[in-house]
Amino acid sequence: MIALAVSLLHTLVALTLAPLLLGVINRTKAFFAGRHGQPLLQPYRDIAKLLGKGATYSRTTTWIFRAGPTVGLAAALAAAALVPFGRVAAPLAFAGDLVLLVALMGLMRFCTVLAALDTGSSFEGMGASREVAIAALAEPALLLGLAAVARDSGTLSLSTMFQHAAIDPTTHVGAAAALVVAALLVVFLAENARIPIDDPATHLELTMIHEVMVLDHGGPDLAFIQCGAAVKLWVLGALVVQAALPLPRATSPWLTDAAFVAGMLGLAVVTGIVESTMARVRLLRVPQLLVAAGALSAVALVLVAR
Amino acid sequence: MTRLGAGGALAGCALGLAGAFPALLGAAPTSVRLPWDVPGGAFYVELDALAAAFLVPIFVVCAAAAIYGAAYLRDRAADKALGPAWLFFDLLVAGMALVVIARNGVLFLVAWEVMSLSAYFLVTFDHEKESVRAAGWTYLIATHAGTAFLLVFFVLFGCEAGSLDFDRFAAASAAGALSPSTAGTLFALALVGFGTKAGLIPLHVWLPEAHPAAPSHVSAVMSGVMIKIGIYGLVRALTLLGAPPAWWGWTLVALGVSSGVCGVLFALAQHELKRLLAYHSVENIGIITMGLGLGVLGAASGSPALAALGYGGALLHGVNHALFKGLLFLSAGAVLHAAGTGEIERLGGLLRRMPRTGVAFLVGAVAITGLPPLNGFTSEFLVYLGALRGTTSLERGAALPSLAVIAAMALIAGLAAACFLKAFGVVFLGVPRSAHGERAHDPGRAMTAPMLALAAACAAIGLAAPLVVPALAPAVRVASGLPPAEIEATLAGAASSLWMVVGATLALAALAGALALLRRRLLRDRPVASAVTWDCGYAQPTPRMQYTASSFAQPLTSLFSALLGTRMRVTAPRGYFPREASLASETRDPWREGAYRPLYASVTELLSSLRWLQHGHIHLYILNIALTLIALLLWKLA
Repeated sequence: MIALAVSLLHTLVALTLAPLLLGVINRTKAFFAGRHGQPLLQPYRDIAKLLGKGATYSRTTTWIFRAGPTVGLAAALAAAALVPFGRVAAPLAFAGDLVLLVALMGLMRFCTVLAALDTGSSFEGMGASREVAIAALAEPALLLGLAAVARDSGTLSLSTMFQHAAIDPTTHVGAAAALVVAALLVVFLAENARIPIDDPATHLELTMIHEVMVLDHGGPDLAFIQCGAAVKLWVLGALVVQAALPLPRATSPWLTDAAFVAGMLGLAVVTGIVESTMARVRLLRVPQLLVAAGALSAVALVLVAR
Repeated sequence: MTRLGAGGALAGCALGLAGAFPALLGAAPTSVRLPWDVPGGAFYVELDALAAAFLVPIFVVCAAAAIYGAAYLRDRAADKALGPAWLFFDLLVAGMALVVIARNGVLFLVAWEVMSLSAYFLVTFDHEKESVRAAGWTYLIATHAGTAFLLVFFVLFGCEAGSLDFDRFAAASAAGALSPSTAGTLFALALVGFGTKAGLIPLHVWLPEAHPAAPSHVSAVMSGVMIKIGIYGLVRALTLLGAPPAWWGWTLVALGVSSGVCGVLFALAQHELKRLLAYHSVENIGIITMGLGLGVLGAASGSPALAALGYGGALLHGVNHALFKGLLFLSAGAVLHAAGTGEIERLGGLLRRMPRTGVAFLVGAVAITGLPPLNGFTSEFLVYLGALRGTTSLERGAALPSLAVIAAMALIAGLAAACFLKAFGVVFLGVPRSAHGERAHDPGRAMTAPMLALAAACAAIGLAAPLVVPALAPAVRVASGLPPAEIEATLAGAASSLWMVVGATLALAALAGALALLRRRLLRDRPVASAVTWDCGYAQPTPRMQYTASSFAQPLTSLFSALLGTRMRVTAPRGYFPREASLASETRDPWREGAYRPLYASVTELLSSLRWLQHGHIHLYILNIALTLIALLLWKLA
């Protein structure tokens, strides 16, 4: 019971901290651009402001458009309940929870895309089409990468599979871990619509992927979408950080928690650096990047299966 | 006539369900054996848990299809005699049920042909149309080619076992009477024969032709349950062949992966709703075959957990696919009925006009995509769990098929989501793209009730998954031949995971409800306006400017163009004031075009050299017969 309460508390902390990652990414980008940049807490203010607004709906839309952001955010929150917080197990931890995690993110995407198509807009159709293509290629990379970690640790739950003994980087298992981290990082960037796959800061509808799908949403619906995006950033980021950062087992829980949060903020800084120093790849090249990530995961799985 | 035909099917299905349910839950098998004056034949039937796992979906889907079909065919009564259609529908249901319980080779083949031939007459219901006749012809050739392999399978097995009864088959292989090469040959024969009925790539070419050509309630039965009879045959053959070697599992996994991935890719490239659904059946048969392959690998490598999860996932996915594919075909039929076309690019905005059909199709789409909380997720979860168990527990080489299954399942899930978002999004959302959809409306209760019942069944299996999965244990025991204790332990483990899944689902529903309340409360006293969809300020948007299904699928179809071979006919706009521009794409089946068409062309050419025998002179035919008779008599006397 106490363990469950601790897990739930950590999930709540994670949900509270999730928008902060966006703030850190934006500040990092501002630093690289030589600007002062927006306050770190700006994403929270944006969400609060949107929650306080009314809404405008397209006459083409149906209940699907109104339900999409709500169900999407609920799916993201349920996904957050499956992801461990450093050494602390997730509130819902069971053999095969990685499959449910991927399916819940699929459900979230399903809702976003349906809502986009409900507007009948060509722009949103175009974004939706690109989103599903990218997701279809990112999913094998994600699941194969997690399967490699599962094989190495011998367990099928996200909450236990990252917690095995520290990895020796000189062995083939260490090499496999590096490959998994690289693959998960690409999936993290692709699924969260970051450069080099998608540019969250673009202003031209034709070149957007994620942003264009939510063009017609406003008010509380858009707030829900932004919350969902922040939670998804945290969920996938947590997988990358835990695969990259084998937290020592026998230290105080406060220390591991602090190390994990520091890792998450570090990941946000890395994302900001990637966004500042890289150009977005051409849309036609995105599949190659994702297939390469899938190949890295597969190689990692073959390595750990030795 | 309709009342008799549909009512008879309904009564039979209800009666059958009452018998099949206890058997599914593990009641002792019951058998009847009556003498039959056919050489090698016996009227020998048995109802065990494996048969029941197929009988239950047969009866459920056929009952729904019968109710739906009665209304669906009503306005065809003016120009068509419906008697034959109902006769063959009832024969099809009876044939399928008899195949599943038959325990004698001759009886099995007779029931198999009753099923296959009645399906032919149902496919050619609209035989005035050239395309329907062609589809029926393709189906007839394919089904008989498959039966030919089964004939050899039973004769060869009968020669080894000394009888055509299935229990003698099983006894012969248990006693080690089959050499590995004979067993391998028998496995290959069964794989081709049953694989043709199931629609495994590359034996699937008849499926995307025949299923769309049939009336929609027949498509639901054919795609939902008839192709499962092929899977049933394969599983039954595996139980008769004894302990499997590992290469059978490898073969099944390889075929499953190729069917799954290619099936969904071809579905993505289709423009016609029922054809798209037919290709999805190929995909789902692929998933089932992957599960079977994992089960066989588990049995071959002495890993009961892998075997139980593989067989369990395959059997449950068979049931689930029957429910959601039946549901999808019935909803597609309602669209066809109301809008007069199944061409996706001509439809749009139907959710406003057909709200019930729209919800039914959406439920089917979520289920087939394998998203929680519906039943598609449950069975795919079992297959995933099996593959993950295989990856983590097996030796290096043996883990490779599991790895392939994980990669393929993940890719299929993404592609299936893309395909059903395309189908639902373009057909039901947005605004109508042509006059077809504008006057469409929901069909009457006789058609919506079966759809909603199947949708409810999809949700019920998804939400009751932790109770459903352990109930599969008797069927898995028959299929895998493993000790019951290990199967039950594995399935109980999976069920405990599924309790957590149900918990997460309920949490999701509660969160969604809370968020919806929050949203309503936030918007209550605020301005909520209506406007046009954002169009960059363009003055005159028209429905034709909406994104099309082909455009939606384009990133993926062009990525996999090497496999699909999509042909494009483009008239590019020319000059400063272009007058015309057009683009048409067509994706034909490369196996049909590249393999079967040349093969059948050369067969036709070869056999046409015998044309001189068919000259039409009857007196010469009689002479030929007489000469043959004399020759035979002389041979007998000598």
